[in-house]
Amino acid sequence: MQQPVIHIQNLNHYFGQGQLRKQVLFDVNLEIFSGEIVIMTGPSGSGKTTLLSLIGGLRSAQAGHLQVLNQELCGANKSQLVQVRRNIGYIFQAHNLLKFLTAQQNVQMSIELQENMSYQEVQEKSAAILETVGLGNRVNYYPEDLSGGQKQRVAIARALVSRPQLVLADEPTAALDSKSGRDVVELMQQLAKEQGTTILLVTHDNRILDVADRIVHMEDGQLAQNTKLATAV
Amino acid sequence: MKRKTPLAWLQVSRERTRLLIAMAGIAFADMLMFLQMGFQDALYDSNTRMHRSMRADLVLVSPQAQNIVNLSTFPRSRLYQTMNFAGVESAVPLYAETANWKVPQTRLNSAVLVLAFNPEKSAFSLSGVEQNLDRIKLPDTFLFDSGSRGEYDQTIAQLKQAQSIFTEFSDRKIEIDGLFNVGASFAADGNLITSDLNFLRIFPQRTAAEVSVGLVTLKPGSDPQQVAAVLKAGLSNDVQVLTHEEFVETEKTYWANNTPIGFIFSLGTAIGFVVGVVIVYQILYSDVSDHLSEYATLKAMGYKDIYLLGVVFQEAIILAILGFIPGYTISVGLYGLTRSATNLPLFMTLVRAISVFCLTIIMCLASGLIAMRKLRAADPADIF
Repeated sequence: MQQPVIHIQNLNHYFGQGQLRKQVLFDVNLEIFSGEIVIMTGPSGSGKTTLLSLIGGLRSAQAGHLQVLNQELCGANKSQLVQVRRNIGYIFQAHNLLKFLTAQQNVQMSIELQENMSYQEVQEKSAAILETVGLGNRVNYYPEDLSGGQKQRVAIARALVSRPQLVLADEPTAALDSKSGRDVVELMQQLAKEQGTTILLVTHDNRILDVADRIVHMEDGQLAQNTKLATAV
Repeated sequence: MKRKTPLAWLQVSRERTRLLIAMAGIAFADMLMFLQMGFQDALYDSNTRMHRSMRADLVLVSPQAQNIVNLSTFPRSRLYQTMNFAGVESAVPLYAETANWKVPQTRLNSAVLVLAFNPEKSAFSLSGVEQNLDRIKLPDTFLFDSGSRGEYDQTIAQLKQAQSIFTEFSDRKIEIDGLFNVGASFAADGNLITSDLNFLRIFPQRTAAEVSVGLVTLKPGSDPQQVAAVLKAGLSNDVQVLTHEEFVETEKTYWANNTPIGFIFSLGTAIGFVVGVVIVYQILYSDVSDHLSEYATLKAMGYKDIYLLGVVFQEAIILAILGFIPGYTISVGLYGLTRSATNLPLFMTLVRAISVFCLTIIMCLASGLIAMRKLRAADPADIF
């Protein structure tokens, strides 16, 4: 039996303190295996992003079991969280590139977290991945000089350059037109397949559901469906 | 150390306008500190130039002596006693008094410091004095300090062309016939040097038996500290025995402690420092605020808090260095301007440059430390 990349059991999460305390995740169970592309859908405010930030180690888990890349995150300390983050690639809705860095420098920031690599290797690697995402002639552009789709491609290059085992993406196509949105998702799919990366993607965008191996649906803090794509479509 | 993308430098240099404002602010703070420290040192320096030009290994002054315009007097017989001690070569009197004279050019009253000694041997190691010893042997003849502050430009020009000048000193007509250069001080706008006899002519209330300063020269090979100790033990306590350095130091200490001048300049330096902290803090704080989401992204990617703290500190140090360079350059220029306007000995010294640079670094690090608190607001959970 293959070890799951993400293993969630009876996960509950609350926001606020005292009387204002409100439960946002109810008894969530989810297993995602290596190489799977899973899309999570659901209305706004259903808790998708909260779940994503818990899996990503960006928020401390409170109750239940949350195992990511063989690390229990429930009750994990700060340095354990940082360690997990380093093995995850993040792609955000608003690309979140560093404005004062060029495309290449943005990608370099991600590789430099890996300890043993010379600066020359770092530069070569970052240039190579930008070439792969079709921005070989834009390596020295600042984000403000790139289009929305190009920025998102830089973000993908940044997330995938250090070959993470897991990629978390939050509405990566929301700010893009349908053509560039499609391109971006296909690029993610292609790179992930090449590297054997697991992808968990949160989206509202129905046009991209077909890239998923599996779709899960979140509603009111509960995972409502857990469907294999083959049976869903 | 492994080479990494220089995040702090890239961030600082990307926004030119902000960088220029920061540099201007730091340069301004540095300039304030340089000027205040410069004035303070110039004050001490200009008030001791006369002291330092005196030819003496040991100096005798009254225990009442406070500074060069307030020396009080002690009996001349102490000098005769001094000459009997082993190791003493000579002990000669110097007379000092401040009084009003008529400025030759404007005929207005102005205060000058008059110093006098027996012109057989120059009491000062000043070329202008040594060359003109014969002139001050003549009655009512004086030498004038070409570094005096005030309207003396025509006077000095005439004296340089070997023309003598006549003016009045407390109802006496006197002749100025020669120049030396010491420079104005905070205590005296101008200086005159003459013979002891001429001194007694214009100050009839003074007598030759009441000495302002005793200049003691030692025989070669004598240890000033040792002879000073012997003199202190042997002379009565109506006279103070100082080494030449102690004499200079006493004057400095006087201006540092007994007047608000030292305090004012220290306060000025402190204000410059605080202004710098506030400016750098403002710049760093708004810089951190503007990049908060980017810092949060870096945290999400797995960068530790300590890395971001390092970035803010590096920015602080980069700003300190970039701001110091124009601050230093402007200050050198202002020193020159002040020198020509006031005759104050205002020069850039290596020690002062280093201390202002260190203060700038401390200033920027302090601001960085305050601005860093804002970093905690960078929460990676907010970026999804």
